[in-house]
Amino acid sequence: MSIDLSSMADMIFDWNKMGIVFALLGAVLAALLGGIGSAIGVGMTGQAAAGVVTEDPGKFGKVLVLQLLPGTQGIYGLLIGFITLTQIGILGGNPEMSLAKGLLYLAACLPMAIVGLISAKWQAKASVSSISLVAKKPDQFGKAMIFPAMVETYAVLALLISILSIFSIAGLPV
Amino acid sequence: MSDDYIYAVARVRSRELNLFNRQDLDQLMACRTYEECLRVLQDKGWGSGSVLSANELLVQEEEKTWAFIRELTGDLSPFDVLLYPIDYNNLKAAIKSVITGVEPHQVFLPGGSIAPELLQKAARESDYSALPEEMAAAAEEAGRTLLETGDGQLCDLVLDKACLLGILRRGKESKNELLAQYAELTVAIANIKIAVRACKTQKNRAFLDAALAPCATLDTEALASAACKSLEEMFAYLAVTNYAEAGERLKESYSAFEKWCDDKVMELVKGQKMNPFTVGPLFAYVIARQREIAVVRIILSGKLNELDDGMIRERLRELYV
Repeated sequence: MSIDLSSMADMIFDWNKMGIVFALLGAVLAALLGGIGSAIGVGMTGQAAAGVVTEDPGKFGKVLVLQLLPGTQGIYGLLIGFITLTQIGILGGNPEMSLAKGLLYLAACLPMAIVGLISAKWQAKASVSSISLVAKKPDQFGKAMIFPAMVETYAVLALLISILSIFSIAGLPV
Repeated sequence: MSDDYIYAVARVRSRELNLFNRQDLDQLMACRTYEECLRVLQDKGWGSGSVLSANELLVQEEEKTWAFIRELTGDLSPFDVLLYPIDYNNLKAAIKSVITGVEPHQVFLPGGSIAPELLQKAARESDYSALPEEMAAAAEEAGRTLLETGDGQLCDLVLDKACLLGILRRGKESKNELLAQYAELTVAIANIKIAVRACKTQKNRAFLDAALAPCATLDTEALASAACKSLEEMFAYLAVTNYAEAGERLKESYSAFEKWCDDKVMELVKGQKMNPFTVGPLFAYVIARQREIAVVRIILSGKLNELDDGMIRERLRELYV
């Protein structure tokens, strides 16, 4: 008796119902990778900040701001994840969608997920350098803030493109 | 891993604010007497608060530096390139004191990676197995040489070369560019110093071959050949290497050359001011503190001996900040 493997796969996976799975995967990845990036980043900057405060507790306020800069990617990831969950009907509504739409949501979440992870780590390196700068020249705090803030630009651009995509997908005829 | 030193580097950056700069040196130079110099140093936080001699004050500052580094990192192996000369000096003292039967008195340097007591015990029992492998092999050879020939210089030769090769090896093993460059520079400078002294004292080729430690930036064969002929030949050889300026300074005077050597090391470590990661900034801080202490020692001894300010200033080395 011959076995038709493709029919068996179709029986296990109903591809038309997999849309919501991919959409949820996108939401999870945005929160997950952004969160991982920020955790690594804030951890690195926290070590540098603690080093400076050990020697000079008066610089706590300044280094705290610099420590928190790589933390925004985690928040952006959470935001994208939350918006996606709302849009795809998991947080109330109808979670039914086509496979194509699910994949579109996944694609829409990827800019924030990937850029969030990478930019948080690089922003942390810039922040650690700025913390060293503040340790030696506290009067240059304003300038020290700008260097890691530049990296934030690309996380914001990724956030923007993810948000625009997620809100636009609902109206697409797929 | 570079990230392991983030906390340590941040603390070092803060501590660097307390390093002496030109203005601090000018303030010390402006002191009229040696005692006034000591007071200024104590006002700046040097020493432990009680009245100390200059030597005690400087020893305490060196100890403070290492205590700070030990607080920052439990692994002092990246600093082996700095500690090996102390260890090998103490090893020489231990071997010589045991073989000659002279009681060692103030010959051991503090701050090495191996306790002098352990070195003495190893030398007494002729069992060097507790020491690192290469050090143990060199110690055995040096002890045997001293016993067979009774020549302390030959014993020193064996240990000095082992020390230089050890520094080179530790520099390479560290996988840190600064440490590798520092090791290379230290060994190259030591080779030049050996060659100059050998040339002036007319040592033979065999001595030079035994003393020079092969390194990447100097051809020790060519250096030894030149040193066997004349100083001019040596300067001509140095002129075609990375150490052309060393030859120029040697033509001026040996103290000008020594100042150049110290300034060259400082030039190398100054790059770490822009590096917020790796062990490099910690290493640079130790060098900076050692240099600061050396400069203060020069000023203090100048003041003690009532030397002219101009004479003191020309001996002052480049500082980190």
